[in-house]
Amino acid sequence: MISAHASVRYSDHVEELKMAAAQAVEEMRTRVVLGEFGVRNVHTTDFPGNYSGYDDAWDQDRFEKNFRVDVVHMDESSLEFDMVGIDAAIANAFRRILLAEVPTMAVEKVLVYNNTSIVQDEILAHRLGLIPIHADPRLFEYRNQGDEEGTEIDTLQFRLQVRCTRNPHAAKDSSDPNELYVNHKVYTRHMTWVPLGNQADLFPEGTIRPVHDDILIAQLRPGQEIDLLMHCVKGIGKDHAKFSPVATASYRLLPDITLLEPVEGEAAVELSRCFSPGVIEVQEIQGKKVARVANPRLDTFSREVFRNEKLKKVVRLARVRDHYIFSVESTGVLPPDVLVSEAIKVLMGKCRRFLDELDAVQMD
Amino acid sequence: MEEDQELERKMSGVKTSMAEGERKTALEMVQAAGTDRHCVTFVLHEEDHTLGNSLRYMIMKNPEVEFCGYTTTHPSESKINLRIQTRGALPAVEPFQRGLTELMNVCQHVLDKFEASIKEYKDQKANRNEATF
Repeated sequence: MISAHASVRYSDHVEELKMAAAQAVEEMRTRVVLGEFGVRNVHTTDFPGNYSGYDDAWDQDRFEKNFRVDVVHMDESSLEFDMVGIDAAIANAFRRILLAEVPTMAVEKVLVYNNTSIVQDEILAHRLGLIPIHADPRLFEYRNQGDEEGTEIDTLQFRLQVRCTRNPHAAKDSSDPNELYVNHKVYTRHMTWVPLGNQADLFPEGTIRPVHDDILIAQLRPGQEIDLLMHCVKGIGKDHAKFSPVATASYRLLPDITLLEPVEGEAAVELSRCFSPGVIEVQEIQGKKVARVANPRLDTFSREVFRNEKLKKVVRLARVRDHYIFSVESTGVLPPDVLVSEAIKVLMGKCRRFLDELDAVQMD
Repeated sequence: MEEDQELERKMSGVKTSMAEGERKTALEMVQAAGTDRHCVTFVLHEEDHTLGNSLRYMIMKNPEVEFCGYTTTHPSESKINLRIQTRGALPAVEPFQRGLTELMNVCQHVLDKFEASIKEYKDQKANRNEATF
């Protein structure tokens, strides 16, 4: 027998349940939750038909309205920016392309005329390949397969010629190699550019060089000499890591920390120590210390809070599924913002290639 | 039953390298005989998860697609198999083409927004530097 009083409470209860269900669905759709022993809701599930009441079909206008890019920090070698409103598949594609498919110029062939140093030819050639070369790869073409010589449009030549001699003016009892020997350390500044064809007109003096001039290539002693010619070609990181234009490119998702209950007193201070500094702020309100989530972006998710029996029930650690904090560090070949633009263009180029293929097939 | 089923292979070849006389296929379509064109497996050469996963996402967002999945056949081979099954009689090349076009539009929009954001950041920095002098 349900009395009138109880039936009013029942409909409130139903409303509460509906709200809780809606919240749970929202959490499933928008958050990746870090539990104590595992991570939940990892995969993208918002495809058409998965959730009733949601229209998940692709809508370019809705995407454009929700999407934004915010640059947080940029200098000549590193870039940190936020990409909000995009899915993991596409953000990851950009990251993969930055690492492996944006082309650069790097030393590929080393013609050794004389190498009497103790560094073997192949070791030396390997080290030379890894030196970043300051040349805009967009101004060059890929070398044709089977072409051994190389032309001015696809090759850069560098000469490295260093001979080590004894310093006649050194003190008699000195043991410092810097004083005793001349040219005993071979740096990238000893590499000289040899222009091919019309390259001297196209590239002003000093623009084609290794990015850093203080990279130590080899060490010599008197009587040893290195005399070699290097050919640089255009390549991508997929072929060899020396062609990768980034020191690294990575992203992380924006952390989302919620306190399920108010945390006060000593527990508040304890809570602030479980997270990276600046994430939890302890404020004094009416004499009591109260914890508040100030800046979740700073957290590195060490999950220290799960080691505290009282506090682990109070916090929900999650990440916002479509907010990516990218960090791109360039090796110096191209500025990092140019690298990101080139990566996006590479993905467009891939799509275009298959669209053209489809058109060609449909023509037959 | 198994002997009867023949696989129809449609090869599409476009000269993708500059060397004389070399033809590399970039895209193949494999279809079991007896089905009309609504279930097709596309073989994309020289591709991996970079294009595979992002293309799969765009194609899955199409409500006409009943099934879409991709797989790398073997880590030593650089190709992916992308299978599309549509509900009804829609030919499977249509969502494939639409997915590629939509992905291109997404990239274009991301590029525009990114470049605008970079420009804004550089202008702000220039203004701040001017203000301090």
